[in-house]
Amino acid sequence: MKYTILVYETEAAFGSRTDDRKREAYWGAYRAYTQALQAAGVMIGGAGLQPPPLGTTVRQRDGKRQVQDGPYAATKEQLGGFYEIDVPDLDTALDWAGRCPAAATGAVEVRPNLSM
Amino acid sequence: MPAGDAHRAAELAARASYGRLVAYLARRWRDVAAAEDALGDAFVAALTAWPRDGVPDKPEAWLLAVARRRLLDAGRHAAVQGRALPALRAAVDEADGAAAAASVFPDERLALLFVCAHPAIDEGMRTPLMLQTVLGLDAGRIAAAFLVPAATMGQRLVRVKTKIRDAGIPFAVPDRRELPARLEPVLDAIYAAYGSGWDDVAGAEARREGLADEAIWLGRLVTRLLPDEPEASGLLALMLHCEARRAARRDAAGRYVPLDSQDVERWASPMIEEAERALRDAARAGAPGRFQLEAAIQSAHAQRAHSGRTDWDSIALLYEGLVRLAPTLGARVGQAAALAEARDPAEALAALDALPSAAVASYQPYWALRAHLLGLLARVDEASGAYTRAIDLSADEAARAFLADKAGALRNISSPRVD
Repeated sequence: MKYTILVYETEAAFGSRTDDRKREAYWGAYRAYTQALQAAGVMIGGAGLQPPPLGTTVRQRDGKRQVQDGPYAATKEQLGGFYEIDVPDLDTALDWAGRCPAAATGAVEVRPNLSM
Repeated sequence: MPAGDAHRAAELAARASYGRLVAYLARRWRDVAAAEDALGDAFVAALTAWPRDGVPDKPEAWLLAVARRRLLDAGRHAAVQGRALPALRAAVDEADGAAAAASVFPDERLALLFVCAHPAIDEGMRTPLMLQTVLGLDAGRIAAAFLVPAATMGQRLVRVKTKIRDAGIPFAVPDRRELPARLEPVLDAIYAAYGSGWDDVAGAEARREGLADEAIWLGRLVTRLLPDEPEASGLLALMLHCEARRAARRDAAGRYVPLDSQDVERWASPMIEEAERALRDAARAGAPGRFQLEAAIQSAHAQRAHSGRTDWDSIALLYEGLVRLAPTLGARVGQAAALAEARDPAEALAALDALPSAAVASYQPYWALRAHLLGLLARVDEASGAYTRAIDLSADEAARAFLADKAGALRNISSPRVD
């Protein structure tokens, strides 16, 4: 089954990406995680995302387009990236999600992909 | 045997087959709802065929064969939605083989129990799901026990089964490493069906009506499927001990009788014996747990049938262990009740005072015990207030009457009782 691992990161984690004292550890952890997914042959896609302030939210209402600066929801953790994996079942997907660096500091959601 | 009991016996016998068939089919189709629907159709077909042609030699194999044909028919339709027909066909062949080989097919109810109590399933739905898929209870009956409208319960069950299928929750028994952690929610869900077992606190809530038998049935099933898991045996022992006292919990006039005033002659000794056996089995593993300790507390109470007295020192000690392991509100209130008997009411009251006030605000056993302790300490006004609170929180009419009687007796108290 195909699942998407949605990586929700804290503001501190987003900060670590560019913090000279922390960036090494941050990117190192994600590099290792991504390599582990690839080595296991379960990774089928994914992307890291720029931080939430770079997001722009669009709503189409009554034929008019409303454009707003920032991410869709103002929550403590924000979507920082995602992985698509293909594994036999939810338990395997949860095992992989649990190893994602954000699981220890933010939160990681696992959703089955719609088959199209 | 009265007609009602005979019907109940037949229902219990059918239950064993139902759960096994659902588990077997659901595991192969990875779809609980489809398996239940197909089996439902098979039972309907049996109602017409069996009276006409006679009951088949292997009724379960017959039901399985009909159900898998239904599933295959449904599978052909589902195939357009991208479900793999070859996999279905393989599953059907396997089911055919099993059906033809014997009426014996693997018992996969354990995997189904782990699906029902999977951490990805909403905690509040784990018990209803078990009751329906493993025992075949209809949504209406489950809804009545959980005090929600039947349609609501029906919708929730449909949603949760859709999640099992579409989120890919595996039909598997967790490996040894994960088993203890995964077994806990299974046992919790079974205990939730039983309801409250805290009848050693004055006027505690009555058990949830109508599901105690089902919970004990599930408890026996888990101990049979996992004989080496001490907590499963502990849970069974706990439920049996509480259930053994059901008749004694009400007097001839229907009034509530607290544990320490119960007539031991009215306790069901076969159930107590089964409970003691389960507890001994559990103890052999040398790994105490929450349910074993709770059962041991009930076992200590049961000793009164032989010794004529209650060993409150032992009970207080067991509660200390329980609170250390699982400091639930119920355990801490139970510990305070034991302290009142083993030591003195003031110490017990101090233990109650240490509980966070927000947590106890609507916890009936807390107020019932608090009222009792304040009464013993001759703090009449405070006791009276606590009784009022306990009565307001009691849903059970007999418990309310019992507490009202005790509140009325406060008037006779003039000086602190020392014993």
